[in-house]
Amino acid sequence: MSDPVTMPIRFGSNSGQSVTRRDGVAKVTGRATYAADNHPDGMLYAVFAPATIARGRVTHLDTAAAKAHPGVVEVFTPQNRPPVVGDPDKKPFMFAIPLELLQDDTVRYAMQPIALVIGETLEAATEGARLLNPQYAAETPRTGMDAEAAKPAPSGPFGRPAEVVHGDTAAGLAKAVETLDVTYDTPAQYHNAMEPHAIVAKWDGDRLEIDTPNQAIVLSRAFYAYYLGIPADHILIRSPYLGGGFGSKAVPYSPLVLTIAAARVLDRPLKLVLSRSQMFGPVGHRGATRQRLRIGIDDQAQMTALDHVATAIVDSFDSSFPEPAAGASQGLYAASALRSALMVVHNDIGVPGAMRAPGEASGSAALECAIDEMAEKAGIDPLEFRLKNYADIEPGTGKPYSSKALRECYAKGAQRFGWAGRPLAPRQMVDENGFLTGWGMGTALFGAPMFAAQARAVLRPDGTGLVETAAADMGQGAWTALAQIAADSLGLPLDKVEFRSGSSDLPDGGVAGGSGHTATAGGALHAAGTDAIRRLGELAAADPASPLFGTGNQGFIPRDGRLYAARDESRSEAYADIIARAGGEAIEGKGSASRPPEDAGRYAMYSHGAVFAEVKIDPVLFQMRVTRLVGAFAAGRIINPKLAESQLMGGMIWGISFALHEEARFDKRTGRIMNSDLAGYHIPVNADVRGLEVMTVHEDDPHVNPLGIKGVGEIGVTGTVGAIGNAIWHATGRRIRHFPIRIEDLLAQD
Amino acid sequence: MSYSISLTVNGAQRRVQLDDPRVTLLDLLRERLDLTGTKKGCDRGQCGACTVLVDGRRINSCLALAVTLDGADISTIEGLADGDTLHPVQAAFIEHDGFQCGYCTPGQIMSAVGLISEGHAGDDPERVREGMSGNLCRCAAYHGITEAVVDATRRMAETTERKSA
Amino acid sequence: MKRFDYIRPVSVDDAVAAFRPGAAYLGGGTNLLDLMKIGVIQPDTLIDLGRIAELGPIEMLPGGGARVGALVRNSDLAYDRAFAAAFPMVAEAILAGASGQLRNAATVGGNLMQKTRCAYFQDPHSACNRREPGSGCAARGGDNANLAVLGWSDACIATNPSDMCVPLAALGAVVEVQGPAGKRDIPIADFHQLPGDQPETETALQPGELVIAIRLPTEAADFARNARYLKVRERTSFAFALVSVAAALKLDGQKIIAARIALGAVAAKPWRVTAAEDLLVGQAPTEEAFARAADALLEGARASGDNGYKIELARRAVIRALQMSAAGTPKRMPALPASPFGDVAEEHSHV
Repeated sequence: MSDPVTMPIRFGSNSGQSVTRRDGVAKVTGRATYAADNHPDGMLYAVFAPATIARGRVTHLDTAAAKAHPGVVEVFTPQNRPPVVGDPDKKPFMFAIPLELLQDDTVRYAMQPIALVIGETLEAATEGARLLNPQYAAETPRTGMDAEAAKPAPSGPFGRPAEVVHGDTAAGLAKAVETLDVTYDTPAQYHNAMEPHAIVAKWDGDRLEIDTPNQAIVLSRAFYAYYLGIPADHILIRSPYLGGGFGSKAVPYSPLVLTIAAARVLDRPLKLVLSRSQMFGPVGHRGATRQRLRIGIDDQAQMTALDHVATAIVDSFDSSFPEPAAGASQGLYAASALRSALMVVHNDIGVPGAMRAPGEASGSAALECAIDEMAEKAGIDPLEFRLKNYADIEPGTGKPYSSKALRECYAKGAQRFGWAGRPLAPRQMVDENGFLTGWGMGTALFGAPMFAAQARAVLRPDGTGLVETAAADMGQGAWTALAQIAADSLGLPLDKVEFRSGSSDLPDGGVAGGSGHTATAGGALHAAGTDAIRRLGELAAADPASPLFGTGNQGFIPRDGRLYAARDESRSEAYADIIARAGGEAIEGKGSASRPPEDAGRYAMYSHGAVFAEVKIDPVLFQMRVTRLVGAFAAGRIINPKLAESQLMGGMIWGISFALHEEARFDKRTGRIMNSDLAGYHIPVNADVRGLEVMTVHEDDPHVNPLGIKGVGEIGVTGTVGAIGNAIWHATGRRIRHFPIRIEDLLAQD
Repeated sequence: MSYSISLTVNGAQRRVQLDDPRVTLLDLLRERLDLTGTKKGCDRGQCGACTVLVDGRRINSCLALAVTLDGADISTIEGLADGDTLHPVQAAFIEHDGFQCGYCTPGQIMSAVGLISEGHAGDDPERVREGMSGNLCRCAAYHGITEAVVDATRRMAETTERKSA
Repeated sequence: MKRFDYIRPVSVDDAVAAFRPGAAYLGGGTNLLDLMKIGVIQPDTLIDLGRIAELGPIEMLPGGGARVGALVRNSDLAYDRAFAAAFPMVAEAILAGASGQLRNAATVGGNLMQKTRCAYFQDPHSACNRREPGSGCAARGGDNANLAVLGWSDACIATNPSDMCVPLAALGAVVEVQGPAGKRDIPIADFHQLPGDQPETETALQPGELVIAIRLPTEAADFARNARYLKVRERTSFAFALVSVAAALKLDGQKIIAARIALGAVAAKPWRVTAAEDLLVGQAPTEEAFARAADALLEGARASGDNGYKIELARRAVIRALQMSAAGTPKRMPALPASPFGDVAEEHSHV
C-alpha cells in the first residue's frame, strides 16, 4: 500500500512541525479503504453464530433451517469444521491467544463463535446464523470477582513478573504515622473501536491475501501461517487504515482465522465483519480488577510504604492476560518500600488482552485516588503531597530516569488550570448556577518502550525519496509522523517522499502498541534514510566531477534534496545529479531499530504528565459533567504537535469514559453481558466533552532512543481517571471507590 | 419477489433492482453500489457512522430499508466535494484534526452538513456538541470535531452572505 | 432478519385492509427495524406507511389544541414554531431523545409504539413474558438497575423509554387510531398498558389498529408559559433516561391554578397521577408544595431490583422540574434540551 491520496492541502515539512494529517483528504472524502470496504469478485459473506451461554456445550444447531434459507451457501459447525493445522487450544506466540475454531462443542464464554454461516448476500448469511437457534447443555458459569478465591498470577503480561518487591512494605506501614487501606474496583471494558473487526480473505492456491485491520502486520502473518499451515511469506496482509485499534487488533482472533479457513474450503473469497454485539467476547477486553492499596506516611508526609495488590478477572486459560494494574505503582512515587502484586480470578469469559494503557489505566485510576485520600488524611494539598513524594530516581530500582520533566508538567498544568487557592476541604465550591464544583488532579505515567522494526529507504534518480515499513496507522497519525521522520533523514521536503506502509510485504514495522510505534518504526525509517544518504555521500565523495569530491571524511548534511559538505556548506550537489553521474541507479538504504539491552537496563524510561480536572455536579440530581480538563505531558521529542495533542486529548477522553461511563454489565447468573451495544455500553458523546486543554513539555532524552521519542498514545488515559474521581470527591465530599462513578452512587450517600 | 426502485445518489440517477427487501440503505450503498465511504459501526442507529442525507436530511442509513426510499435523493460522503475542492466541512475537519482513525468521519461530516443546514445550532459550541452527539468517535476527536463544525458554519454563513450581497 | 413481504399503501384504508396477523406497520423504522435485526420482532409483512399523505400534517386547531399526523417526523414536530410555542415541553422532550439523525427519521406514531429497552426483552435468548408470554422474567434478579419502580408486576418490570410520551401524558393527549373496525380515540393514559399478568399486551391497540394521529386538547395549550421537561441520564446526551419529568403549571401570580406532571422511565407507561396535580391547585409554587406532589406521584413506588435509587431520584427530579416550570418556559430551547446542564440564559424564540 502506497501513500494515501495526494491532496490539495499544503503542509509544512518534517519533524517538530504540526503537519496536517497526510491521509486527511482520503479520510474526509470516503476514499480511505478499510478492510470491509474490499469486495473481490466472487466474494461470499460469512457471519458467525455466537454462543448465548457462557459455559457448557452446544447440543443442537438447526443447520437444516439455516441451509434452507435462500442464499445460504454453507454452514460450518464442529461436524464439518474447516480444517486448520495449528492447534487452536495452544498459545503459539507471546501475544497469541487460544482460539475457538469449531474444534469441539464446548462453550467457554458468551459470544464465542459456535458456527459459521456463508451466504451469497449479507442478509442471507445473517439470517442463516440466526436460524441455527442453538440448544445447549448449560453449566453454571463463573462470573465476577467472587467466583473463586483469588490466586497469585502465574506471571504478569509481556513476560513481566507477577510480583515486584522493593524493601519491606509491612515494616513501612508499621512505622507510618498515618496509613491508608482502601480497595477500588474497576469494571470489564471493551475496546469498541468504531470499526468492528473485519476480514476479507482470498486464496490463490496456497497463497493467501487478507484485508484486515491489524496493529502488527508482519508479526500477525506468522500467527496466521501457524494456524493455516502455510509459509508466512505466502500471506499478504493489507491494513492501510485501521478504524481504531486500542490494543484489540494486534493478534488474530477466532472469527478471523475461521473465515480464512472457510474460504480455503470453499475456494471463494469471504468477507466477515463482526456485529457490534460480537465485539463483546472473542476480540479481547480490559479485565475487571479489584485493587487494594495500602499507603503509609511519616510525619513529613513522605511515603514509608506503597503496597498495591490487584486481582484481575481472567478467562479459563493460565496463559491469559491479567490486567496488570498494580504495576502502575512502580516507578512513580518515592515510597521507601514498594510492593505490587497481581492475583487472578478465573471466569467463563473471553480472553482479556491489552486495551489502551493496559494495567496503567486501571492501576492509575486506583492509585491516584488513593494518593488523594492519603493527602487528605495528611491535610496537605494533593499537588504538594505528590511533590513531597517526587521521585528523582526510580523508586525501588534506584535507576536514573532517562528524562523526567514531571515537575514542569505539574507546574505548567497547575498554572494553566488555576489550581492555586483550591480549598483543601471538599464541598466548598458552588458555581453561579448552583452546581457543586470540584477540582482534582492525577499524575500520568506510561512506560516508553521500544520494539524492533526494519525499514527501507530509496533515493530515486529524480532526487525524490521512497521509504517503506509495514507500520500501522490506527488513527495515531503514523502516515504523517513517520513520513516526517523519514523525510528528515533523507533531507527532503515531505512532498518529495513517498511512504509505503500498511502491507505485510514491506519491511517489518513492528507492533503499533505500547506507545512505542513512532519511536520504533520511526527509528528504523530514520536509520534507513541515514544509510541511503551515507551511500549517496560515498558516491559523491569518490566522484571527481562532484563538488563534494574528497569531502567524505567530514560527513554530509542532507537538506532539501542537496547534499552539503558538513564543514563547508559552499560545496554541495543535488541528489539527482550525484545519482545521474553514478549511472542513474536508485540508491537504497536499510535500517533497523531496537533498544540495546544495556540501555534498557541502565535507565528508567517513562512518559509523564499531570492532569487537572474540574467537575460540576447537580447538588440534588447528581448528574455530573467534566467541565475542564487540563493535561500537561512530557513525552520526549514530539514529532507532530498537532497529532500528539489529538492523541493526548483522545486519551484524556478515555479517562472521562473510564471515570464516568464505561462498564460491561454482566448478568451474574448467566455470565452474559447485558449491555453489549453502543446504546447500553456508554462511551462519551460529543456533549460530554468540553474545556479540554493539552500542553506538552519538551524533553531532550538522549537515552530513550536515538530520536528521543517516548510516545503519547496511552498516557492520556492515566492520571485523568483519578483526577476526575478526586474532583468528584472535592465537589461532594464523597469517595466512590469503584468505576464508573454513577448518579446512584452519589445519591446513595446523600 | 423483486423490487425495482429508482434513487438519485450523489446527483446521479440509479435504477436498483432489489431481490431482497431486507437490504438497508447502508448495505445497498456499501455492498451493492460500491459506495463504501459510508461506514457501519453498529448497524442499530447507536453510533452515527452510517449517517447520510436523504432528501437533504441526515439519517442513520442502517435503519432505513432501501426499498422504502424509491424516488429519494441520497447524498453520501463520496458526493460532497466538488471535484478536487473539498466541501467547507471536509476542509475544516482536516484543519482542526477532527478525526484520528477516520472510520466515523464520513458519518461525522455528513451529520455536520445536516446539522448546519438544519440551522438550529449556529456557531454555538455547546449547541454543536449536542447536535453532533449522535455520532460517536472512539478515538475521541470531539474537541476538533466541534471546532471544525463551528468553523465551517461560520465560513459557510460568510459565503452565503457574500453571495447574497 | 426474517424475510418479509413489503407493501406500500397510499391510504390508511388500504393499509388497514392489507393488515393480516403477522404483519407490522412501518413508520420511520428506527425502532421496528432495529428490533427486526435482533430477532425480537419478526413480521412476515411490512406495511410501509411512508407514502400515506393523510398521516403527514401538523394542524393547529382553533381554540388552542393541535392534531399531529402519525407520520410527522419527531424533528419536524419539535421545530414546528407554532406547535413548540403552544406545547414547549413536548418539543423539549422530543429534542432530549435519541440523536438528530434518529429524530429526523422517527415518527410520532412510532414514538408512541416504542418498545421497552429492557435488555432481556431485547435478547431473544432470555426469558421475557413481554416478548414470549409465559417464558418468565429474566430481568428479575438480573441487570435491572434502570427498570421499573412503579406499576410493575412479577411478570414484567420493563419501562417505557419514550421521552415524547411523557409530556403528552401530562397534557392529556388523545391517540386517534384506525383499524378494521373503524376509527376511535384512545386517551393516552389508556394507551400504554401496565404489565399485570399480561405484559405482552403493551398498548390498547387491537390487532390491525394503527395510530393515525395524536390530538392535544385545547386546555393543553394553557400551560405554555410554565412547562418544562427534565431528563436525568448517564451521559450528557444520546442516552435513555434514568428518570424524566414533564412538569407544567398554570399560574395566577403566585398561585397555582392547574398543574400537570408525568414521570418517564419509571414504569411501563408514562406515570401520571392526577391526585398529585390536584394537591398543587391553590398552592404557592414552593418546594414544600412540590415535594408533597412528588410524594403523591410516587406513592406505591418500590424497587423491582437494584433500582431503588430511582425512587429518590424521581422524587427529586419532580421537585426540580416543577421549580423549573415555575421559573417559566425559556424563550429559546436550551443548548442541551432537558438537561440539568442546559443553558437557559439566552433570550430568543423557543426553537
